[in-house]
Amino acid sequence: MGVRLILREGEMTAVLSGEIDHHSAREIRGAIDEAASKVKPKLLTLDFSGVQFMDSSGVGLIMGRCKLLQIWGGSVRIANLQPKIEKIVSLAGLNQLCSIVKDVKIHEAN
Amino acid sequence: MKPINEMSVSFPSCSANESFSRAAIASFAAQLDPTIDELSDIKTAVSEAVTNCIVHAYRNTIGIIYITCKLYENGRISIRIRDKGCGIEDIEQAMQPLFSTSEDEERAGLGFAVMESFMDVLRVTSKPGQGTSVTMSKTIQRRRTEKNH
Repeated sequence: MGVRLILREGEMTAVLSGEIDHHSAREIRGAIDEAASKVKPKLLTLDFSGVQFMDSSGVGLIMGRCKLLQIWGGSVRIANLQPKIEKIVSLAGLNQLCSIVKDVKIHEAN
Repeated sequence: MKPINEMSVSFPSCSANESFSRAAIASFAAQLDPTIDELSDIKTAVSEAVTNCIVHAYRNTIGIIYITCKLYENGRISIRIRDKGCGIEDIEQAMQPLFSTSEDEERAGLGFAVMESFMDVLRVTSKPGQGTSVTMSKTIQRRRTEKNH
């Protein structure tokens, strides 16, 4: 499980990979929150293209980041969900909390 | 009906075992030739049940989680996940979507809702102070085998 953070023009992208469960969510949450609390990005993109598995701990992770970003008026979008993960995201009704986008090209910071 | 195959596994409630448990069940379930989607549903449901044992049943302690898995002739897989933890006072309330007693951690409160919607049948029994048992099953759809010869 990994998380890679990219900062660009006040926006932050977290490129997630591997499997997201209660065990791995803790580490991802720590990494994102540490950077986001300093930078206070207007937009946080969670890129799921490399995520093979996610249970409801991932839903909690997304909901928690939405709450955090709201503190300074930022928003969260989730990108590149694989079909098998889409099922749990729609069950949780996350589309009412953040925007869900497809085929977002994540630009590497130069 | 007698199972055509069965297995059991037990392990301590460390969170590192969440991925182990779902991989073990998925690997055993592969004998029923499930689709990728069906396998993903089973893995997710197992992960939810095991996480409940770790986060709730054995909160602030380590206990043993017991899993028994049975496969049946008609393609059904039955999984029982049991703990000897704190138990659930009010099962009906615990199964309500978005209900969670865990405030320190970010829990969506969707564990039982996911198990219910990703599996065909879910049964929960619990005794406060003695533990909880979650039994869930799913029938793997037979795919028409295309014979090339």
